[in-house]
Amino acid sequence: MLSYLIKRAFYMVPTLVLTSILVFILIELPPGDYLESYVAELLSAGETVDPKEIIYLREEYGFDLPVWERYFKWASGLLVGDFGYSFEYQLPVNDVIGDRLLFTIIVTFFTIIFTWIIAFPIGIYSATHQYSWGDYGLTFFGLLGLATPNFLLALIMMYLANRWFGTSIGGLVDPEFVDQPFGWAKFVSVLEHLWIPVIVIGTSGTAAMVRRVRANLLDELRKPYVTTARAKGVPEFRGLMKYPFRMSLNFFIADIGGMLPQIISGAEIVAIVMSLETTGPLLIQALQSQDMYLAGSFLMMLSFLTVIGVLISDIALAILDPRIRLQGGVSR
Amino acid sequence: MTKRAQSDMKHYVCDEPFDAQSIEKLTPEQEAVFLASQKKLMWWKFKRHKLAVICGAFLALMYLTTIFSEILAPYALETRNSKYIYAPPQALHLFHNGEFVGPFVYDYKSELDLNTLKRIYKPNTDKALKIRFFCRGDNYEFWGFIKSDFHLFCPQKKKPLFLLGADRLGRDVLSRMFYGARISLTIGLIGISISFTLGIIIGGLAGYYGGWIDLVVQRIIEVIQSLPTIPLWLALASIMPVTWSPILVYFGITIILGLIDWTGLARAVRSKLLALREEDYVLAARLMGASPGRIIGLHLVPGFMSHLIASATITIPTMILGETALSFLGLGLRPPIVSWGVLLNEAQNINVVALYPWLILPVVPVILVILAFNFFGDGLRDAADPYG
Repeated sequence: MLSYLIKRAFYMVPTLVLTSILVFILIELPPGDYLESYVAELLSAGETVDPKEIIYLREEYGFDLPVWERYFKWASGLLVGDFGYSFEYQLPVNDVIGDRLLFTIIVTFFTIIFTWIIAFPIGIYSATHQYSWGDYGLTFFGLLGLATPNFLLALIMMYLANRWFGTSIGGLVDPEFVDQPFGWAKFVSVLEHLWIPVIVIGTSGTAAMVRRVRANLLDELRKPYVTTARAKGVPEFRGLMKYPFRMSLNFFIADIGGMLPQIISGAEIVAIVMSLETTGPLLIQALQSQDMYLAGSFLMMLSFLTVIGVLISDIALAILDPRIRLQGGVSR
Repeated sequence: MTKRAQSDMKHYVCDEPFDAQSIEKLTPEQEAVFLASQKKLMWWKFKRHKLAVICGAFLALMYLTTIFSEILAPYALETRNSKYIYAPPQALHLFHNGEFVGPFVYDYKSELDLNTLKRIYKPNTDKALKIRFFCRGDNYEFWGFIKSDFHLFCPQKKKPLFLLGADRLGRDVLSRMFYGARISLTIGLIGISISFTLGIIIGGLAGYYGGWIDLVVQRIIEVIQSLPTIPLWLALASIMPVTWSPILVYFGITIILGLIDWTGLARAVRSKLLALREEDYVLAARLMGASPGRIIGLHLVPGFMSHLIASATITIPTMILGETALSFLGLGLRPPIVSWGVLLNEAQNINVVALYPWLILPVVPVILVILAFNFFGDGLRDAADPYG
């Protein structure tokens, strides 16, 4: 088990290195840099710009270094938890991100829980009542959930929530908590606001998961051992839960890894529509103003989150299924 | 008794000539099945999936409308009607004062609410405005180069016809949806062909050669799949210079969508090839001196092409949704190019949803097309393996 863990953790390294290179290329690609747009802004505001100051700033921020040197500077900073400097906020990236990443993690966590709570029973029902009206109806609703763009669902839910429950629109906390430190009252307020984004983000994931639970469970249910169990008089529910369900759990856990990038991307777009204090809106802004270290570190952290998520799901899978840890690979 | 009965019964011999192969003969129906080509079998199997056939027909119809957008839309793309800003949808009627007059609408009666400064529209039921069919209306350039003014249906001269309402500049939402379909629907097709090509080439190389090429490709796929797609799109979309013309942006977006989407297909191709490259016919081809490109392209890939097409169909919706999301955020296509996402961009504000709900109507075709692609893809996937 330990050797599997070590091996699995080691696999993360090349993935993360490649990701960091990719992210760096991405944030380097747009023509121009932050200083250029900064200077243009100053000029258009009618202020004079001292060329010496620009040169000084260039050196200070390392814009005059060759690309690969800047990459190493940035990447080695990442290793020790220094994510660089946000030009726009004039603050270290760590300070800008602060709570936002925490909120992203909270939203993502609750979305996964929500997805499971909904998808489990529906998937089991659909599989055990295959081709019934209930199955058709649920499948249809699921597909509808898949087909509706997230952001639109967010808009409509926000409207309805405001109309019926009077929840303040947008944001993750009530206005009075915005700049407060994290405490119990704030946590409760977050929970009150959380359900809309969680439902909105979770819908498409839930729909996809229901379909897969159904398919996996159906495969299991067709196997002879289920018939044997039934012939021996095992009660229907126990016969379902004891083996077929446990077998289909396998894929369920393997799926966390695949789900995370989806949920995070869904969360970003919903966050922008609903102005949640997660990473989404800040990321877009950073990308648009070429605040490159902020944007790059964001992207990097999001992908780090997913890599960790995949790692956790792999470890959970290895604990659950001895075949995997003995083979040493994960088949998805 | 029994003995006599036995002897009375004559030994029966059939007069017809004996055919030793009679058991192996097939009935005409069986013969049709056994001799049918693979394509025919697929078609038969696909036809049995009723929903998929309906969805396929629906999609074909949608794509057909994109050819004739200009004719189908009652207004030209940029026709503004300052008298009808944010006019609500008009109901389509058939009977006026108990008399059948054919499809018509009522004109608006508008007044300004002095408290909210909002215009309030009410139907003016005095006179029926009959919809004209096969008529001359707004001028347009068909596909950008043939000048014409022919429409399938248009409003009475100088009168409104806003079946799905009007937007903040008094432009007809329905007409703009027809134009938007052209962009939204084709973006998925172009994007999928890019990702298809990339997927087959990269997955093919990885699967055929294996070894370190495979290892590198695998890692790259892993990295791309571990990045959340929408932030990645956002990052790529922000690379496109603002100075690009709308057409360039359109191609830029399709390339972005295609560049990220190929990983799934490449994986499928790779795993299939890993299994198939050990087959004897591949060895035979290699012994006869076929190049790897020829072996992959001519002998291996066609064997599972139908599977690939089916799985590609299922990823088209992701692209359509992706474009919609990007444009909605203002990072994708920009006016004057009109796609469903660009139209929905108008409805970004929650006030719009509350006050002018018809502006979110462009989402209806988005949902329908995505549902249809899902069912159609399911049907194709089942049909791709007609022997199963």
